[in-house]
Amino acid sequence: MSREEMRKLQSIRLKRVVEHAYHNTPFYRKKMQEIGLTPGDINSIEDIKKLPFTVKQDLRDNYPFGLMAVPMSEIVRLHASSGTTGQPIVVGYTRKDLSTWSEVVARCLTAYGLSRNDSVQVSYGYGLFTGGLGLHYGVETIGGTVIPISSGNTQKQIQLMHDFGAKALACTPSYALFLAEAIKDSGIKREEFQLKTGIFGAEPWTENMRKDIEEKLGIKAYDIYGLTEIIGPGVGCECECQNGTHLWEDHFFPEIIDPNTLEPVEPGQPGELVFTTLTKEGMPMLRYRTRDLTSLNYEVCDCGRTAVRMSRILGRSDDMLIIRGVNVFPSQIESVILELEEFEPHYLLIVDRVNNTDTLQVQVEVRQEFYTDEMNKLIALKKKITHRLQSVLGIAPDVKIVEPRSIERSQGKAKHVIDNRKLL
Amino acid sequence: MIKQLSIFLENKKGRFTEVAKLLGEAGINMSAFTVAENSDFGILRLIVSDTDKAIKVLRDKLYAVSVANVVCLHCPNQPGALAKAMDIITAEGIFIEYMYAFSQGEAANVIIRPDNVEKCAEVLKANKLELLAASDLYKL
Repeated sequence: MSREEMRKLQSIRLKRVVEHAYHNTPFYRKKMQEIGLTPGDINSIEDIKKLPFTVKQDLRDNYPFGLMAVPMSEIVRLHASSGTTGQPIVVGYTRKDLSTWSEVVARCLTAYGLSRNDSVQVSYGYGLFTGGLGLHYGVETIGGTVIPISSGNTQKQIQLMHDFGAKALACTPSYALFLAEAIKDSGIKREEFQLKTGIFGAEPWTENMRKDIEEKLGIKAYDIYGLTEIIGPGVGCECECQNGTHLWEDHFFPEIIDPNTLEPVEPGQPGELVFTTLTKEGMPMLRYRTRDLTSLNYEVCDCGRTAVRMSRILGRSDDMLIIRGVNVFPSQIESVILELEEFEPHYLLIVDRVNNTDTLQVQVEVRQEFYTDEMNKLIALKKKITHRLQSVLGIAPDVKIVEPRSIERSQGKAKHVIDNRKLL
Repeated sequence: MIKQLSIFLENKKGRFTEVAKLLGEAGINMSAFTVAENSDFGILRLIVSDTDKAIKVLRDKLYAVSVANVVCLHCPNQPGALAKAMDIITAEGIFIEYMYAFSQGEAANVIIRPDNVEKCAEVLKANKLELLAASDLYKL
């Protein structure tokens, strides 16, 4: 499809989705009325700049069903993302939304060179998380064979991958590396597997990780991009050229903005990725700020696809960390430390990746009056904060009690995070 | 009552050296010490010649220092001497958090950190066991 044809299609669809959102979601109607905007003001895709932004907090504020644009009787599926600061976010899909989702995932699988002759081991978690079921329906759509094993149980993963002759594996890139090591230890020869393709996403990864995975598993490893708020995995994917992630812009319109001024950046410049869902019925998203930093390339790809490509994610415009696939905000850790009187209100997070697994160390200082000569009491303090953090974050951190004043007190914005994973 | 200092130290190179230097420069002598440690941090417990001065010197350098009362049993450096004292303490239901010892020829000094320090001192004295006075220990 030429760029011009694409703009035309996007314009028609934008107009439709804005009307739908305005008339059926009080949240959007109110936001548009506040700036004196009506659906009549949106006539082409260029007009998208007039629309207000939507942010993650809006989804929390309208928990659970406040952003649905159809009656609940039309909603056939719910998914939710891991609760970060207390409240999870919920998304609803109509039957048509599910078919759109299956379609975009099917496009990804086709771009990886998979077909009805291939079986795909889906090792993403099944359930509220969009990873497992998203891939599942995409594989069925291309007529391939799904192996819906879900996450965990590495020995079984290896055995079934071997016995069923899986051609493709879908999981997080770090789990792929973990699996590669486990296969080596299992004693089964790599030649006995039929695996040729890896479908990896849900966490940031690097070119080096790709090389490592490709070498260790003897496969081609491809990125799949997505986020729950927009639809789940399948918002975009890499093609055989492995040179940027194609975004399915006929369904999800991407923009790049300057996260400070909120103005669009010059084409090709890096900034924050913003999506508008052009065809979603259940829960349309207008100019949703992903907080992912990237850039867009509109040149036609060597594979022949005209769909815009985004570069690898360069970082975040907020301070969210993704640790073992779980979203972690430093503010969550701060709130736990502030509520425990035994600790000073200072902390430092050190994130690393050891043997392909993310680690999170939380350094804290105990307040002077709570230091003691008894080892047991200090260990009990450490356990107390570890449990509290685990219940808030959903992952277990390694808490380290450090000497008083050893955490740097900065004048301006305190540096709370050291990320040694070198993913960006 | 004997005052024992406890200093929180991270498991980092040179931390103990710094404390020893700091006290040395202030003219403070160490009579006895022990270190309890785990994989992250250690607790240096020590008895010094001038407790108050040591606290000030250490806290000025931002060390986490806490103070605990301990008793020091002074007993013959002979087989069975410690067992006798332990029997008495246990029989009275006193719990020992930790202890450490050093011997000087004929005599041995055992520093005990019980859960109830007054009761422990009383019981040992009542059973005719000798306790070292704070002033004597600080001089060692």
